Amino acid sequence: MDFLATFTELGHNLGLGFSTAALPVNLAFCFLGVLLGTLIGVLPGIGPTATIAMLLPITFNFEPATSLIMLAGIYYGAQYGGSTTAILINLPGESSSAVTAIDGYQMAKQGRAGPALATAALGSFFAGSVATILIALFAPPLTDLALKFGPAEYFSLMMLGLVASVALASGSVLKALAMVVLGLLLGLIGSDVNTGAQRYTLGFLELADGLNFVAVAVGVFGIAEILRNLEDESDREVMVKKVTNLWPSKEDFKAMIAPVLRGTALGSVLGILPGGGAILSSFAAYTVEKKISKTPERFGKGAIEGVAAPESANNAGAQTSFIPMLTLGIPANPVMALMIGAMIIQGIQPGPNVATEKPELFWGVIASMWIGNLMLVLLNLPLIGLWVRLLTVPYTVLFPAIIAFCAIGVYSVNSNSFDLYAVSAFGFLGYLLVKLECEPAPLLLGFVLGPMLEENLRRAMTISRGDWTVFFTKPLSLTLLLMAAAVLAIVFLPSVRKKREEVFVEEG
Amino acid sequence: MLKSFAAAAAALIVASGFGQAQAQEYPSRPITMVVPFAAGGPTDTVTRLVAESMGKDLGQQIVVENVGGAGGTLGAGRVAKADKDGYTLLLHHIGMATSATLYRKLPYDTLNAFDYVGLVTEVPMTLVSRSDFEPKDLKSLVEYVKANKDKVTYANAGVGAASHLCGMLFMSKIETPLTTVPYKGTGPAMTDLVGKQVDFMCDQTTNTTNQIKSGKIKAYATTTKQRVPSLPDVPTAEEAGLPGFEVGIWHGVYAPKGTSPEIIKKLTTSLQKALKDPTVVQRFADLGTQPSSEADATPDALKAKLTSEIDRWAPVIKAAGVYAD
Repeated sequence: MDFLATFTELGHNLGLGFSTAALPVNLAFCFLGVLLGTLIGVLPGIGPTATIAMLLPITFNFEPATSLIMLAGIYYGAQYGGSTTAILINLPGESSSAVTAIDGYQMAKQGRAGPALATAALGSFFAGSVATILIALFAPPLTDLALKFGPAEYFSLMMLGLVASVALASGSVLKALAMVVLGLLLGLIGSDVNTGAQRYTLGFLELADGLNFVAVAVGVFGIAEILRNLEDESDREVMVKKVTNLWPSKEDFKAMIAPVLRGTALGSVLGILPGGGAILSSFAAYTVEKKISKTPERFGKGAIEGVAAPESANNAGAQTSFIPMLTLGIPANPVMALMIGAMIIQGIQPGPNVATEKPELFWGVIASMWIGNLMLVLLNLPLIGLWVRLLTVPYTVLFPAIIAFCAIGVYSVNSNSFDLYAVSAFGFLGYLLVKLECEPAPLLLGFVLGPMLEENLRRAMTISRGDWTVFFTKPLSLTLLLMAAAVLAIVFLPSVRKKREEVFVEEG
Repeated sequence: MLKSFAAAAAALIVASGFGQAQAQEYPSRPITMVVPFAAGGPTDTVTRLVAESMGKDLGQQIVVENVGGAGGTLGAGRVAKADKDGYTLLLHHIGMATSATLYRKLPYDTLNAFDYVGLVTEVPMTLVSRSDFEPKDLKSLVEYVKANKDKVTYANAGVGAASHLCGMLFMSKIETPLTTVPYKGTGPAMTDLVGKQVDFMCDQTTNTTNQIKSGKIKAYATTTKQRVPSLPDVPTAEEAGLPGFEVGIWHGVYAPKGTSPEIIKKLTTSLQKALKDPTVVQRFADLGTQPSSEADATPDALKAKLTSEIDRWAPVIKAAGVYAD
């Protein structure tokens, strides 16, 4: 391909995009979208899917570009907002911010909520900008890469993700493994994809599609945290008193640069993969940081890298997950399915032709993403002071409010009261896990990846007619499996050694 | 706000004694239309288009509520148990008929739990394959599939999905069982078809039309009596040599059993108007489908369709031996 010609074309396209995105009405709705996204991201439990579904009828009367720009803004705005509650009250609203909660909440406990929030916002902005450029430059070739991922490749990728998730634990590797397995078991609940048989549903039709992720996450993280807090009064005051500075220090900035870069790269690549990609990205980024860190023991105790990397990764992933939708018209997640619905209602046929038939829409949405990210960082940085002050709200007010918002949010996903019982049950389970010093993050990852692992394993085996070698004969799949084996070796060897040392110390 | 509140209160008082008067007041507050599937899918889109237009006609907003799960039976069950006041409606597709057989235990009695408003549309389906699949036309596809039944793979979007039903019908027509590769939803199945991981599938034009037009996948036939206007080059199954391979994803609007006949009448009239709304007609055409005729958008036509479809699919599903519970 002629590089210069590509470049000129890109310039032309981006020019067209920015001229669309910069129309006053589009700027206004872009702002409205990211503002709404931030708000629903901050409110625990309420996610972008429910919000976009509720707002869909309003967009009927807008221009197509305007409505898509606003809806997209809600989606990536929610990624920004989601980290806020994860950091402040250990309550991730989405799977991607579950990882941020690990070190972000610890930072908040040490009085460093401000720097943690600023790191999340700045990392997200950088990642979002880079990912936008990636979409503009490489959307079609990246789509081809995504299409190379068949069931066998997905299985191996999930395998790698699961093995790596053990590294999320800051304590015992054995307990982390147990949590992953518990998560996998919970993921088994629901209908068998191949036969439709019901597994562990105890006769509840509500469980036919499995447990609701939001219900599980809100339960084991949020409700459990509240229960734990109620028990331990001393913990609460510390958090408020210790708030020192709102802005990251020079050392913080130095520490976050490399993780942000790595997180952005990982998130951009994984985000393209339909399905599990975007979820994996923040987990993967965290694991990488912990593995290459010279001081991995700081992770889980308030390491700034543990906030910077996953936040950059999930925002980059959120951005690049638009690629399959924009280039193929195939949704990578429920939010993208809604965007496609919005396009159809507007009379636009989503598909490979959108870029050529509606260039102003295609490039307008892409350009608006960059503008939206800029708005988000400008919106979020001044808000940090406000969010931190939220911690001073008396707990008699804050806790009931959180529970109420959680209940509304969980209910809004499926309009199903069964999910509320699930939240309560998982709240108690989460509390039990805290008492047993087991960490919820690996459980959540097992729960999310388990069903995908199983589905893709069975799919790959069906297509290969029961030939196991399919996982090793495909180069991409083989590479991923080898990586998984390597990670497994790295995870186990040092910890085994350390355990032995500890044992010897005690004995001696 | 205050005004509509007062109207609602008034309606409530009147409703206590006079069903007739209630129907005249109806609707005095927003109506909920339940879609038993996730937001963003083809059925959701159909519902939102119809709800928007009917809402304008009735002078009250129709709020679309997605109650997904268990192949649409959760949402249908919710409406079956809802108040019979005309403020909770259901828009469901062919799954209403097939789940009567696919689920051996349903929390409602399919034929007796609902009142009927009317048919909405019947979305055609297309038999499609990866772009480099060898067979050139439907005849050679059938021959190829029969000769290579241990090699070819048929993708579907899960038990009870339109693509699953169409696949079962195809297999029973060609009398050859095939290896099916189930996915969770059409999105991932279509991704793998475009990515050439699986050989072929059958899905609604809402999902396939653009992929066909851009050459990412190949189309063999439509499952309709007449050719689909948006795909004029694709023959019908009958033209291509497989008569009887006909299946459409029909959609209907239901209300809980016991809703007053006046309200049903009002809704039917409003549905018929919506199906003539130029925006609805145009969007339906974009989706590769067309609104049901005025004769079909009636309670009797929907009831007849549901009854005949339950009878038609029961043996096909039983023969395949696949159940969703």
